[in-house]
Formats: sequence, structure tokens, C-alpha cells
Amino acid sequence: MPVQDPLERARNFSEVALGFSLKSALVECARCLECEEPACIPACPVSIDIPGFIRKVGDEDYRGAFDLLSDANLLPAICGRVCPQEDQCEGVCPVGEDELEPVAIGRLERWVGDLAIEKGWSNVPYIEPNGFKVGIVGSGPAGMACAADMAKAGCDVTVYEAFHHPGGVLRYGIPEFRLPNDVIDAELASLAKLGVKIECNTLVGRLFTIEQMLDEMGFDAVFIGTGAGLPKFMGIPGESLNGVLSANELLTRCNLMGAGDFPNHDTPLHLGKRVAVVGSGNTAMDAMRVSLRLGAEKVYCVYRRTREESPARLEELHHAEEEGIDFQWLTAPVEILDGGDGSVRAMRCIRMELGEPDDSGRRRPVPIAGSEYEFEADMVVYAIGTQANPIIGQTANLRMNKWGYIDVDENLATSMAGVFAGGDIATGAATVILAMGAGRRAARSMKAYLGIRDSETVYSGQTEEHTGELFGIADGERNFARIRLAE
Amino acid sequence: MSAKQQVTDEGSSRPVASGREKTLDNDFEIVAREDLSEVTYLLEVRHPMMAKAAQPGQFVIVIAHEAGERIPLTIADFDRDKGTITLVIQAVGKTTQEMQRMCTVGTRLLGMVGPMGIPSHIGHAKKVVCVGGGLGVAPVFPQARAFKESGAYVIGIVGFRSKDLIFWEDKFKEHCDEFIICTDDGSAGMKGMVTDGIKLAMSNHPDIEELVAIGPPIMMSACAETTRFAGIKTSVSLNPIMVDGTGMCGGCRVMVGSDMKFACVDGPDFDGHLVDFEDLMVRLRRFTAEEDLAMKKWSDDCRMMKAK
Repeated sequence: MPVQDPLERARNFSEVALGFSLKSALVECARCLECEEPACIPACPVSIDIPGFIRKVGDEDYRGAFDLLSDANLLPAICGRVCPQEDQCEGVCPVGEDELEPVAIGRLERWVGDLAIEKGWSNVPYIEPNGFKVGIVGSGPAGMACAADMAKAGCDVTVYEAFHHPGGVLRYGIPEFRLPNDVIDAELASLAKLGVKIECNTLVGRLFTIEQMLDEMGFDAVFIGTGAGLPKFMGIPGESLNGVLSANELLTRCNLMGAGDFPNHDTPLHLGKRVAVVGSGNTAMDAMRVSLRLGAEKVYCVYRRTREESPARLEELHHAEEEGIDFQWLTAPVEILDGGDGSVRAMRCIRMELGEPDDSGRRRPVPIAGSEYEFEADMVVYAIGTQANPIIGQTANLRMNKWGYIDVDENLATSMAGVFAGGDIATGAATVILAMGAGRRAARSMKAYLGIRDSETVYSGQTEEHTGELFGIADGERNFARIRLAE
Repeated sequence: MSAKQQVTDEGSSRPVASGREKTLDNDFEIVAREDLSEVTYLLEVRHPMMAKAAQPGQFVIVIAHEAGERIPLTIADFDRDKGTITLVIQAVGKTTQEMQRMCTVGTRLLGMVGPMGIPSHIGHAKKVVCVGGGLGVAPVFPQARAFKESGAYVIGIVGFRSKDLIFWEDKFKEHCDEFIICTDDGSAGMKGMVTDGIKLAMSNHPDIEELVAIGPPIMMSACAETTRFAGIKTSVSLNPIMVDGTGMCGGCRVMVGSDMKFACVDGPDFDGHLVDFEDLMVRLRRFTAEEDLAMKKWSDDCRMMKAK
């Protein structure tokens, strides 16, 4: 995969991975073994027919490849860029078992997605409206995926978004050089073509509640995909200093509000020259690489475990290392030191070593006594995880679990009839593709709840026998009246 | 093969939605504007749904245009019949000055989202004091009105630097049983700060149960100190720098006792006796360098526009 030169790209926001050429795409397709029982399909959270679309590309039927892809996945150009393929499809590809690289499934998906955007392809089947009105809370990947499925089934779908631009974490969280805004807009446009309405500047829970949606606004079912954006802080001394911020704040100021372009954009950022990012997941990688591009001279990554245990997508970690970020593995922050006027002067850390395994089996890091040291920094960014967004929990009578996430059953139904939830708000912080998978699963449950018989959906890869069906109507799909219990 | 056709966008017989249709009848139009002084102005924004939902103590986040920043503004009033939200704004920096110039009747904001924050707790206190300082008169008005409606005896105290800056005097008085104006220079009411007014009220009424104070942090801190040992439950409304207002960035974090709270989702009201005001004031200075730069560029741009 051709990429921008590391030192050059560390100073610009253009996409890092330049994408396959047609020739490379065709060569890569030929590597697919077309397995009898493909392991890649079940490894995909939305069960894309991977060998199918690859075969179409190889046959030079690019439109056919897009049709197949878009059946299962609304956002191929996005997922091809941000899915952790090494843990999913590419991780189980037999071609990659020994010394060779697995088939570059993610890059091929991106190639098809980008071609579709360039050509202006979209698949808008004639959809018979079925009279049901569905509300989606949150325009991130979970909400978008659910909206697409419900719209394809004939429902009148409205997506509510609190920000002034839709896209959720795709827009505010993932930087331009990994996921350009143009790609997000193009994918949103295909949602619009399905008839989905997106209403921004709407804070559900406060402007109106979930209950009001069902009781007063005429919605028959609601999906909640509000995400887990509440940032965690460590509670160490010096955290209130003016140079300390969460990765979410850094990324939102930069990605959504254009703070990198201050003062042409009004939102400031006040980037430091020496930035220390705590954490090593994808959000940390994004924060570090954005800092470089905004002009930081030195960027550190401080993580209390080892490189092997970093949860980041491998490609991002690799790119970050190439761009010159200084990784301090097995290091934990102890205190952030005051520069005198509320600014950050330095950070004191302690070295760690791996001790005994804990309950999860991972070796727990323990501090090495006497190994404390300081290094100069003028900005500290926390990327140590997030918790559930509290607003829906505060304003709706939904059962929450003890960590503040919405409690859902295996059908993604909440404790309120007609209300479903998925993505980070139900599971805790995870990935874009898992959120999309959850959005699609919730859509399946919502259609069953509403009694919609959706004969046009083909879920590739499923080869179940016709058990639990009578005259082709599955047990799970049934009509019943929604009963609201008085509180 | 399916009975339904697969039709591409070229031949689609289904009307294509723009995707950004307004379904909630809010286009953030400014329907009224009043200039209360040279630096303070009032905007009434049409938003029927928010007018219905707004409660005292809540705020909105406003973004005036595409390259603008998101700023929090307390809801100074809401009219459920007219369907409007009223904001009272002080032109102190680039954004508020730009809005002062651009936001005339008939124009639209790019976005106004809310009502945000946990509504003020209007309990069953029999005697309360509502204190507003400078701009703070506006946001404390809805609370005073709500307390009055709940049957409490309301003592309203407002503070301004001088007579020319006073606004909403009659509007406020209407919902108060007692009303004290304080001016720094003595040009109206009693000479002194709102804390002097509070001390006066406390000496006349030993049975005050609650006090709400809204204004600059230094003023709210002083009010909290005045009531600290008098057993008066004191609530303040904090105004840290915000970006999203929905609890996802942590920029508005404040220390309340030993806990870290996010003003946008845990507040904006907090117990005035527990808030670390020093920390709040330091954090409000996060972007002074950028603020100066933005103001300089703004004045240069204005001068250039005038020169044309």
C-alpha cells in the first residue's frame, strides 16, 4: 500500500494511505483462494460476502462488487480505512497463515468504496413505504447503519444529532488524514438518497425525551446510538492545569471545529511544543499524530504496558512509529507539574515492569520503586478510555447497568418497549465496525418488533436450515401490540 | 429475483430527500433584538420546541457560522407561547462582538442546541435570595420567577457597576417580594457590591433558607463566602469554557469538593460552598493568548472593512 513519506506526512493532514491502483487491486484479488468454507465471512461483524466481492473485482465487474458490498455494509470507504482487519477478516485469512501477508481485504474494500464515490454510484431500490416511523438517536456509525436498514425496509427514518454536523465519532474523533470528511459526506449522502432525514443541533434527552418520541412525536420504534464519549481522567495531581486535556477535546477542537486553522476558524487549541499523550489505543494514536501535524516538536506516548498489549490498530501504530513519535512503554504518569501560571511544565512518570497475571490472565504492570523521572512537556493529553454518555441515562427511564451503559438483551432491546440500543452506549468503547454491526442487529430486532416482513434483505453467509419457520415466516417475526406499563 | 426493482439513482422514481430537512421547525431565526447597553445585547431566537422544554438554570450552545466556535450561553428567558428562547450576551471577545454586529432581526444562527444542563432545583424553600451580578441578572431571572411561582418569598439582589448598565429592573422586580439594587459607584440603589446587599438581607431576615448566585466567578465566590457560616444552602451556576456541551470532551471540568464534575452534564448548578473557584478562574484563562490574537485580527478586519 503506497503511503505518504512519514516525515512529510507528519506535517500535513492529507490522507496517509494513498490507496491501491487498479493494477494493484487486480493483482491482490488474484491472491484470494476462494475457500470452500470462507473463514473471513463470519469474522466480519456485518458478514460481508468477502470472496464474492473480491471475485467480482477480479472479473472487472466493479459495479457488481459495489452492489455486493453495499448490501451488507453501507460505508465501505469508511470501514476499509478504519476497521481493525488484523483482528477480523484478515486475521483468519489462510493466505496469511505462514510467511505471506493475508489478502488485503480492507484495502480492497476501500478501493471499491472510493471508486463508488468517484463514480457517484449508489443503490436506491424502489422502497414501498410501510407507514412506520423510526427515530434514531445519534448519527454515528451505529445510528447510520440502523437508519439505512430501517429505511430500506420502508420506514420513515429520522436521525437526531446533537452536534451541528453529523457523523458522530467518524467526524469528531477520527482525523482527516485517516478518514477524510469528504468520504463521510459521501456516505451520508447515500443515506439521504434512501430517504433518511438527519436533524442536527438536536439534543435528545433534553430537547425532548425518548418517552416523548414514542408517546407524542409518533415514533413507533427508537434506536439509541449515543456513544461512550465521556472521557476518563486519572485523578493524579496537576490534572486541572491548563495544558491538560482529554484526547476527545483535542480531537473535537481539531477535527470538528477546525482549530488547526485558528484564527481563520474561531475555536482555539493552544497546542504545546512538547506533547505527552497517555494511553496507546486508537484514540491515543490519533491524538499524537494530530499533535505532530499541528506543529508539536516532540510527541511522547506514555503507556503503562508493553507495545504488544497496545490495543491500537496495527497500521496506526506502525504509521505513528514511522512519523517519529517517542514511545515510552511500561511507563505510568505520577504527577503533572505546574509551570507557575496554571500551565504545564513537566510530567513525572514511573517505570513499570510486568508482574503476576491478574484475573484476566494478562500480566499486570507494577511500578519499579525508585524509577521515577521527569521530562519536559507543556501539554498532556489523556487517551485512557471513555465511559457512557450520561444524558440518556439522566433523562430516560431505561434500565442501565452498573457502569452506566444501557442494559440490553441479546436482541439489543432495552427495558422500554420499542426502544433499542447498540454500539458504545451499550457495550462500552469499541470500534466503528462493531457499532455498525450493532446498528444492523438492532434493525433486525426492530423490524421483528414492528412486524415488518422484509423479504428483500439477503444476509450473505447465513446457511441455516428453515427451522423455526411456518410458511416462510420466522418465529422471531411476529405482530404484537406495544404495551406501555404504567410506572 | 425480487419483485421490487433495483433502480439506481439515475432512474429513481422516489423523491430524493436532501438529508438535512428540517423536521422540527427550528431554523434559529432571530426574531427580536435589544441593545441593553454598549456592551450588552439581547437576542430572542425562535425555537418552539426548546421554548417548551426549557427549564430555569439550563443553557444552550450557540454557533453563529461555519467557521465559528461553540459557546455556552445561559437561557435568560423562554416564552412557551411565542416559542422563543432569550439570550443576553456581553460583547467581551471576538465571537460575542461579532455576534453583536451580525445578529440582527431576521438573521439566523448556524446552530443553537439545548436546553443543556440539569435544570435548577426549585424546591419548597419558603424564603430565598436570588442574586445576579452584571450579566448574571439575566440568567438568575428564570430561577427567581420559578421560586416565586412555587410560593417562596423571594429577595432579589442585582449588582451593576453603574446606573447606565442596569437592565431588566422592572422585569425582575415583578417576581420579587423585596428588591435590592447595588451599584459600585452608588449611582442607583445602595452603594456597594451584591455581597453588601446579601448582608443587608441576611440581617433583616434570619430565616433565609436558600441563595442562588449567578455572575462572574469572583462574584459567585464572594457570595458563597458571605453565606458559608449562616447555614444558607447556596447554589452557583458555573461558566467554564465548553466545546460540545454534551459531556464528551471534559473541557468544562470543575472541582466540587474532592470530586471532578463536568459542568455541562453534572451542572451547571453546584453547591457554592464546595466549588473550587480558584481552579475555575485559572482554567478560564486557558486561551488568553488566542483570545487576544482573535480580537486583534477582528479589529484589523473591521478597520479594513470600514476603510473600503
